[in-house]
Amino acid sequence: MRDSRLNGFLFLLGLLGVWELVAEAGWVNPLIVPPFSKILSSFFSLIESGQIPWQILASLKRSVVGYLLAAAIFIPLGVLMGLFDAFHRGLEVIIEMLRPIPPPVVVPVAMLFFGLEDEMKIFVICFSCAWPILLNTIDGVRNIDRVLLDTARTFGLSRQRIMWRVIVPACSPQIMTGLRVSLPIMLILVVISEMVGSTDGIGYFILDSQRRFKVAQMYAGMLALAILGYGLNQLFNLLSRLLLPWHERKVD
Amino acid sequence: MNDSRTFNWSGWLALALLLFMWEYGSRLNPKLQLYIPSISQILVTLGQLISSGQVTAHLLITLRRFVEGYLLAAVVGVSVGVILGYFRFAHSLLEMLIEFLRPMPSVAIIPVAILLLGIGDSMITAVTVYASMWPILVNTIDGVRYIERTLVDTGRTFGLSRPRILWHVILPAASRYIVTGLRVSLSIALILVTTAEMIVGSQGLGFFILDEERSLHSSAMYAGIILVALLGYCLNRLFLLLENRGMKWRRGMIAREAI
Amino acid sequence: MPVLEVQNLSKTYRQLGGETTFAIGNISCQVEPKEFVSFVGPSGCGKTTLLMSIAGLIAPTSGRVMLHGREVTGPPPKLVLVFQEFNKSLFAWRSVLGNVRFGIEARGNRTREAEFRARSLIELVGLKDFENHYPWELSGGMQQRVAIARALAYEPEVLLMDEPFGSLDALTRLELEDTLLRLWEELGTTILFITHDIEEAIYLSDRVWVLSRRPSQIIEELRIDFSRPRNQVATRAEARFMEIRNRIYRRISNERAV
Repeated sequence: MRDSRLNGFLFLLGLLGVWELVAEAGWVNPLIVPPFSKILSSFFSLIESGQIPWQILASLKRSVVGYLLAAAIFIPLGVLMGLFDAFHRGLEVIIEMLRPIPPPVVVPVAMLFFGLEDEMKIFVICFSCAWPILLNTIDGVRNIDRVLLDTARTFGLSRQRIMWRVIVPACSPQIMTGLRVSLPIMLILVVISEMVGSTDGIGYFILDSQRRFKVAQMYAGMLALAILGYGLNQLFNLLSRLLLPWHERKVD
Repeated sequence: MNDSRTFNWSGWLALALLLFMWEYGSRLNPKLQLYIPSISQILVTLGQLISSGQVTAHLLITLRRFVEGYLLAAVVGVSVGVILGYFRFAHSLLEMLIEFLRPMPSVAIIPVAILLLGIGDSMITAVTVYASMWPILVNTIDGVRYIERTLVDTGRTFGLSRPRILWHVILPAASRYIVTGLRVSLSIALILVTTAEMIVGSQGLGFFILDEERSLHSSAMYAGIILVALLGYCLNRLFLLLENRGMKWRRGMIAREAI
Repeated sequence: MPVLEVQNLSKTYRQLGGETTFAIGNISCQVEPKEFVSFVGPSGCGKTTLLMSIAGLIAPTSGRVMLHGREVTGPPPKLVLVFQEFNKSLFAWRSVLGNVRFGIEARGNRTREAEFRARSLIELVGLKDFENHYPWELSGGMQQRVAIARALAYEPEVLLMDEPFGSLDALTRLELEDTLLRLWEELGTTILFITHDIEEAIYLSDRVWVLSRRPSQIIEELRIDFSRPRNQVATRAEARFMEIRNRIYRRISNERAV
């Protein structure tokens, strides 16, 4: 196994090397694909100057708020819908109507209401992350093993305690799945909303760099974005291991 | 999904109530009209746009870009996925590259694509292919890689050659994973097409919706959104239809939903 | 002239951590055409490895397997293995009929006659009404019958069976034992059977080999000559049945205790 990782690593290095040579030799238009070394140096100087950290922070700020808002609204809603079938049926049609809306087209609506402010992005992210969170929560609650609930009741637990001691832990892996699936959605939508209507943020930065033909900077921004995505993933995995140490999960 | 055999009275009632409140809320408060025009107004606008053919052109453009991007992504994703799933060495080479590219949201590729391909159809198709390819690729690789050893051995004990095992055993067994990947990509493709249209402004429903918003024609904007949602819905139903016909044997297994 | 010969077969595995597992020590035996023979042994003694080696799915570390006088270096054409985990071996995307036809198609035969053969085999195993069902709709016993029908559709000369009834309930097991014997008598296939159920081995076979624990070797060979057709009540009631059974049981217990 270690062998294969080494292979992959070497191959990646090889590719980067080829990129470097090809770009330096001018076989590709260096205005469109600059040498990787140039991108790296641009990346580091942008970090030093604080540009990239600042843009990343701007994006993070609004995305995390949107994400947490979605969680705060739609997890409880999902639990309610999972527990009470009547409630679920009542909201079902409305949800099915809203779901097919591709998240990006919500951006103009949000712009109508909030202009280009942070609220606009928060709204978009909240809307987009809603469905995975909601649906997974509903699923998680509904799929709680009947046996588990019956066991709790034979132990004479009150409804309150069943709620917190049995239901919440039992469906939390599935809720986690919803949260995990929403994470890349959050990132995608913050980039989209920044590219369509914003004055800052990493998405805006990348597009803006392209428009100004600052190509190395553009790629540096993409690199920063990839690192951000990777970092958020790792952070999430860490948190989920801490919060749900008892749950075995497939290695992703 | 809920049991759709009994008609969901309460659900439709709730929707009707919501629409009712929307309609009258909007009418009673003219200031709100700009942001939230009444349903009737939106529908009237929708009717006008369709009959005048204005929005139909955009719809067809978006649809065409979607179909091109999605189908190409499917072909590339499945073929490369099968190769990488089957040949461990090839996969080990590319594994790290894939791991590095995946966390980056595919939409970030749009500016690069603009540089390389300009702001026309080819750019939009290209970014759609790039983004839609990932779930298909990843799920196909998984489906082919994690095939039950016993299944392959069954093929072998019946004297099948390696290519025949791939075709008769591995691919059918991996098909439910592949189909899951194809299903996830359906929404992603639509997302990318509309996003690219918004950013680049070259016709299509995405552009239309944004454009109407900019001109503060909110009814038209909402009308456009309804259309694109309908488009997405129809594409989904079509997919489910095809899936059900091809996959009678499924028992509802869950494969990895990678975005 | 024996149809199958195992000559000094041994198999060792080297694990990832550097550990070596000696699965099969040294096994030699011969199987005559149309015989029904069984291997019994303590669990983990390498029975599956043995069968996989004979089937040509695993390469032996030393020794060899001869089928009709020719060495087995890969899955040989006249031999087929029925796996223990039938639910992982059946093709979920094919119906019962489709699965059984696969056995025929694997032979390169796609004629109408092939379809007819498939249907009659399905009837032979008692699944006539389930031709168009999919594996997930069937019980464990039924699934294993499909696997057996599929294997027989291949018209093998030698049929290897790896604890085929191990995961089924007791009553289904008895039923399938008789079904298998019926098929065997009708088709004249040579069968090598692996089981942990001593009485099953005795009931079914002409000969039983008792295996030691790992690295496995044959520690006893017993000839079973109860009259055929065997009967679940009569055969098992014979005094000698219990004698043989106890004898094998004691041998295996010794192996486990060691």
